Amino acid sequence: MPNTPVTHTTPTAAGGSGPHPIIEVQSLTKSYAGRTVVDGVSFVVEEGEIFGILGPNGAGKTTTVECIEGLRVPDTGRIRVAGLDPVAEHAAVTRILGAQLQESELQAKLTVREALELYAAFYPSPADWRPLAERLGLTERLATRFGRLSGGQKQRLFIALALIGRPRVVVLDELTTGLDPRARRDTWELIEEIRTGGVTVLLVTHFMEEAQRLCDRIAVIDRGRVAALDTPAGLIGRAASSTTISFTPSSPLEHAVLAALPQVGSVQSKDGRITLSGTDETVNAVVTLLARHHITAHQLRVADATLDDAFLDLTGA
Amino acid sequence: MTTATVTDPAAPRGARPWRAVLRTEARLFGREPAGIFWILGFPTLLLVVLGCIPSFRDPDPGLGGIRLVDAYVPVSVLLSMIVSGLQSMPPVVTGYRERGILRRMSTTPVRPGALLGTQMGLHGAAAVVSTCLSLAVGRLAFDVALPRQAFGYALALLLAVLAALALGALVSALSRTSKIAGAIGSVVFFPMMFCAGVWLPVRAMPGTLARVVELTPFGAAAQALDQAASGDWPSWAHLGVLAVWAVVLSTAAARWFRWE
Repeated sequence: MPNTPVTHTTPTAAGGSGPHPIIEVQSLTKSYAGRTVVDGVSFVVEEGEIFGILGPNGAGKTTTVECIEGLRVPDTGRIRVAGLDPVAEHAAVTRILGAQLQESELQAKLTVREALELYAAFYPSPADWRPLAERLGLTERLATRFGRLSGGQKQRLFIALALIGRPRVVVLDELTTGLDPRARRDTWELIEEIRTGGVTVLLVTHFMEEAQRLCDRIAVIDRGRVAALDTPAGLIGRAASSTTISFTPSSPLEHAVLAALPQVGSVQSKDGRITLSGTDETVNAVVTLLARHHITAHQLRVADATLDDAFLDLTGA
Repeated sequence: MTTATVTDPAAPRGARPWRAVLRTEARLFGREPAGIFWILGFPTLLLVVLGCIPSFRDPDPGLGGIRLVDAYVPVSVLLSMIVSGLQSMPPVVTGYRERGILRRMSTTPVRPGALLGTQMGLHGAAAVVSTCLSLAVGRLAFDVALPRQAFGYALALLLAVLAALALGALVSALSRTSKIAGAIGSVVFFPMMFCAGVWLPVRAMPGTLARVVELTPFGAAAQALDQAASGDWPSWAHLGVLAVWAVVLSTAAARWFRWE
């Protein structure tokens, strides 16, 4: 691939014209002092997608991406980044993979401008840091020292440093942890812009909302294994009950009648209000049933399951 | 290396990354006024204070006829090395590791070793500048003769700087946090100052003590610098002790240093 990876637009992962893998992880295992942290993880990230790694704390997410970045040596398994081995061909991988690490800092007295210039000098054909700083809202902060930046500004600087070598793929590890909701939403927009610019994004997170909003596909990692790998919608569809229906009937209703409806999971009632779980089909069945019995459903609410529900089911948390 | 997917014009352009690291670290060094004072100011200041004591300017038969202020020029030279290598450098390097700065650099085409090399180079250079300052002030303010055996002096100086940096690197390697590095540095600091002759010049120490102190890096350095200052080629025994320390300390530092 020529030297202009950031400018072209990339087909989405769903595009039928044969997406090709940029990161391949096969049967990765890693243990520390006899404790297995990553236990046979496999997945493939296609060029141009935002791929999420989601999981509870301590699930092995960070260790997995550190192996991809070449910071750790896998015990067993095979990793390729654009066909390269991150350990044996580390130097070549660093030129196409930009990283934002969890819990890393810069020299406290280094200014934003100096950091951008320094990191730009590390790469053979870096991006111009000026427009990059502009796009990340750092122009006002160029003379500010790293130690005086807010959490959000530090994260934006780390995104800039991850992009400054014009990588084909960026790895963002817990990027929005510790940010306020406003800064988090701004950061999400940035991530979408990065992908629009043609860069593949590997996003590590434990925020459901973030994964659901941003990712094309998500690998849910739990206790070192891939518990599921699917689109956000696909994962939600796997939740034991994907829809919750609740209402207050105008006259009493037998539970048994409701429980007999198609695909009903559970039926509960409290203070005259009935809550049942099921699917889209259940919703129609409930409405038909009520109409047939001339019962009015007061305050009828239908809520889709979220990634939260799917996640809790998958990880048994 | 070239593969199907990555063309590699990518051998980073010559020395550009190194120059950028050097420029950045030199700037950051300049932003630590306390560090600059202790390395560049303090040793010369000590020499000035001692030189202002009248009795320090009288020839002392116990020192072989030279004055105490003459004997304190090499001491202040060694002091700058000890402060630079042992007090100033280890907390910086350990902090870089502790705060993930080395790890962050590992994800770029530049090896984090560039940062360590630069820090050692800057601290070594600062010690040499401080040495020149001490020699100049000694010469101009107190009429202390410049080293008569200049090459021998320079060689002893070089080995002493290497030993000081290697000792500092070992402290950095053994310390998990910059606080621990500061603490270990301070504990090692005083015996090293003693050996360099801060309280009593090595040449004035009683025989047995002097023999023991001469086996330490800064005791050997003090003796070698004294010999070169008075015009003799420094004894190979002293230079050898210094060289062995420099090799042993840097090997141990390289062996135990952790990047994270």
